[in-house]
Amino acid sequence: MEHGSWLGGTLVYLAAAVIAVPVARLLGLGSIIGYLAAGIAIGPWGLKFVTDPQDMLHFAEFGVVLMLFLVGLELEPRRLWSLRKPIFGWGSVQLFGSAALMVAGALALGVDSRLAVVAALGLAMSSTAIGLGALAERNLMATSSGQSVLSVALLQDVAAIPILALLPLLAVGGADADASSGGGWVGAAKALSVIAIIVLGGRLALRPALRWIARSRTPEIFTAAALLLVVATAALMQTVGLSMALGAFLAGVLLAESEYRRELETDIEPFKGLLLGLFFIAVGMSIDFAVVLAQPLLIAGVVLGFLLLKAAVLWGMARTMPIPKAERPVFNILLAQGGEFGFVVFQTAAQAGVIDAPMSSLLVAAVAISMLLSPLLLVLADRWWIPRLAGPRNTDLKEIDEPQEAPIIIAGFGRYGQIVGRLLYANGIAATVLEHDADQVETVRKFGWPVFYGDATRLDLLRTAGAEKARVLVLAIDDIAQSVKVAKIAREHFPQLTIVARARNVSHYQDLKDQGVELIERETLDSALMTGRSVLELAGFEPHQARTLALRFRKHNVAQLEVLRQHRNDRAKLIAVSKQGRQQLEELFAQERDAAQRRQVRAGWSGDDAEPPAA
Amino acid sequence: MTPLATETPSASALPRVLVLVAHPQMEQSRANRKLMRAAQALPGVEVRDLYALYPDYLIDIEAEQAALARATLVVWQHPIHWYSMPPLMKLWVDEVLAFGWAYGPGGGALRGKDLWLVASTGGPEDSYRPQSYNRYFFDAFLPPYEQTAALCGMRFLPPLLLHGAHRVGKEETIAHAKTYAERLSSYPRWPELDTVPDCVACEVPTTARPPEQPEPAEAELQDEAAL
Repeated sequence: MEHGSWLGGTLVYLAAAVIAVPVARLLGLGSIIGYLAAGIAIGPWGLKFVTDPQDMLHFAEFGVVLMLFLVGLELEPRRLWSLRKPIFGWGSVQLFGSAALMVAGALALGVDSRLAVVAALGLAMSSTAIGLGALAERNLMATSSGQSVLSVALLQDVAAIPILALLPLLAVGGADADASSGGGWVGAAKALSVIAIIVLGGRLALRPALRWIARSRTPEIFTAAALLLVVATAALMQTVGLSMALGAFLAGVLLAESEYRRELETDIEPFKGLLLGLFFIAVGMSIDFAVVLAQPLLIAGVVLGFLLLKAAVLWGMARTMPIPKAERPVFNILLAQGGEFGFVVFQTAAQAGVIDAPMSSLLVAAVAISMLLSPLLLVLADRWWIPRLAGPRNTDLKEIDEPQEAPIIIAGFGRYGQIVGRLLYANGIAATVLEHDADQVETVRKFGWPVFYGDATRLDLLRTAGAEKARVLVLAIDDIAQSVKVAKIAREHFPQLTIVARARNVSHYQDLKDQGVELIERETLDSALMTGRSVLELAGFEPHQARTLALRFRKHNVAQLEVLRQHRNDRAKLIAVSKQGRQQLEELFAQERDAAQRRQVRAGWSGDDAEPPAA
Repeated sequence: MTPLATETPSASALPRVLVLVAHPQMEQSRANRKLMRAAQALPGVEVRDLYALYPDYLIDIEAEQAALARATLVVWQHPIHWYSMPPLMKLWVDEVLAFGWAYGPGGGALRGKDLWLVASTGGPEDSYRPQSYNRYFFDAFLPPYEQTAALCGMRFLPPLLLHGAHRVGKEETIAHAKTYAERLSSYPRWPELDTVPDCVACEVPTTARPPEQPEPAEAELQDEAAL
């Protein structure tokens, strides 16, 4: 590529994006549609600034790789492990369920069986880029639908490898299959060893390396190192024929617990954003309108057919998983669309001679159109579908918009926040209450509580709620990720606020502590201790003794939590310390019982106080 | 004894005066809050606000005993409720002044220290008269305090009292707090200390309580032999 065309290309891409994306956002369509529209506009079927979109598509695919690295960074190994069931279980249901349904449908329509299998597998894939992009844009990554979309996307990434490897076997003679797969066992061994290298390297070498680089105190070198890390992982994966995105995702997961997580995130983020935008532009450009215009009805039928079949499978999944009703439209739409893996599947199949070239470009066009459709469908769902699921009230609730001045802000007015709020109100203390669940707002308003509708994770809403002047922020949100997010925002932007937080569990407690929150109560501790007191009383302890024991247990438990905090990344040590702490408390209580016993003996009460000792 | 020796925290740099404040309704206090603030402002005085430290009445006995061990003058500052101390102060006495630590065999931890009662009463001074509704001079309610100090081997210093705390004027309260602060900072150079007699020895005889271990092993053996 010569110098002039490089400049010209950059000029075209940047200008198209800069014009189309703000316009799309202004129209309420989201940035992804903006990029796609920009791609169509500058592509071979629009203004013809770019005539060969394939090169750009390959280059921009790196945006997807960077995105998965970032997704990995948000996911500690422990959480990934806890997702294994959704990934392999629900992911397989989606991929193979949809594929089977589509094969059956195609065969019923008299389509050749090999074409049916290839088309079904390719169309069953969903766009990770649009799916995760849309989730991030809507701040839905932490919801159950967000996690489900991620799980399915990960399974597709994993499954794409054997699918691509097996495609040539479907070719008529299967002659060139051996040549391309290069010996199954050797390939598998290579793949496994590369994954082992990434996992081991990530665990052992990466952190010290990053520390060493960070010590050079050259920010751009750290950025370069971050990019190098992703590129190297991707290259390593590609040499053995694995998905680059999957490798980057693995690297991200391995660094999720490192101290450089935030820095890596902020460094990679802009590259990801731009490359992902470029990727969407390339997708827009690659829609072959010649094919579409030649057989408009066939294309429409294919798009509609595969979207409906996939949606049927997803609908069943959403019901049984289950995913909250209001989140189902997003889940359905994001996974029903085709994806970039489909392009690769069809291209590979065409090269291997499993399907012919016109059929391949028809399928590619169908996938691209579905990718264009899904953000539009999301917009429509937002307008017409989701509001009805969440109930009619959702529409007439206004977000908090008038600046508030109460010295106390309560974020989250569910079971927990309400008790805090009632205690305050009962004592004549004014508080500004923020609740993000429209149903809940409606309910508590019926009882006369002045509750504002709004998401406390949004900086602007916190400002409106008076966070700049308030003294106390009661963090009573039940969603752990959001709670930690609010704590972080509050610590960064409103340092004068004292945060008093509810913790769902110990790890939430630790996360809040990491954010510098000092006043944290675990939501179940005190009620469980009250129950324990009742049981002690029933077991024969005096009520006052049961109270004292429970209070002392509490004190020990809270102190222990601080000790455990120092070992939170070392699981073995954590268990050992926790066992040791429990033993200490048991020994202490046993000693005291013993001493009490001796006092009784001393006092001449030998225990059998039913009868006075015989003379 | 120069207060400049702050770099190396030696024994002399640690607080020698320990003020224990006990007021169950500090938010309504007129006098005790001012007194506490005055004490808190003094160097070398450790103030422990019991109701703030132990709102759930779960006293940290070890911490309290450690604080006592550091002090030479122990001040009990509280309002008089029902001719006695507020309940948390009493619980403190019950739990912290333990047998075998503060008194009894091996219990000499407080020996030689001074105890100073700084109390306020709601009723005016002339209500503490045989003819008035409190019927006794205030001194009549002090013996439990005196004897508590004596059993622990402490000198009981003449109390500092503020009568009629419900009604005293602001000026008088401020003056009282000032006197209090002056006395705290001038301790132990109080003129009347020379006249306070040393603590009478109150040895608890070992026979006052049954023996710690009635030699259980032998006792059991004997029981078995008897069978």
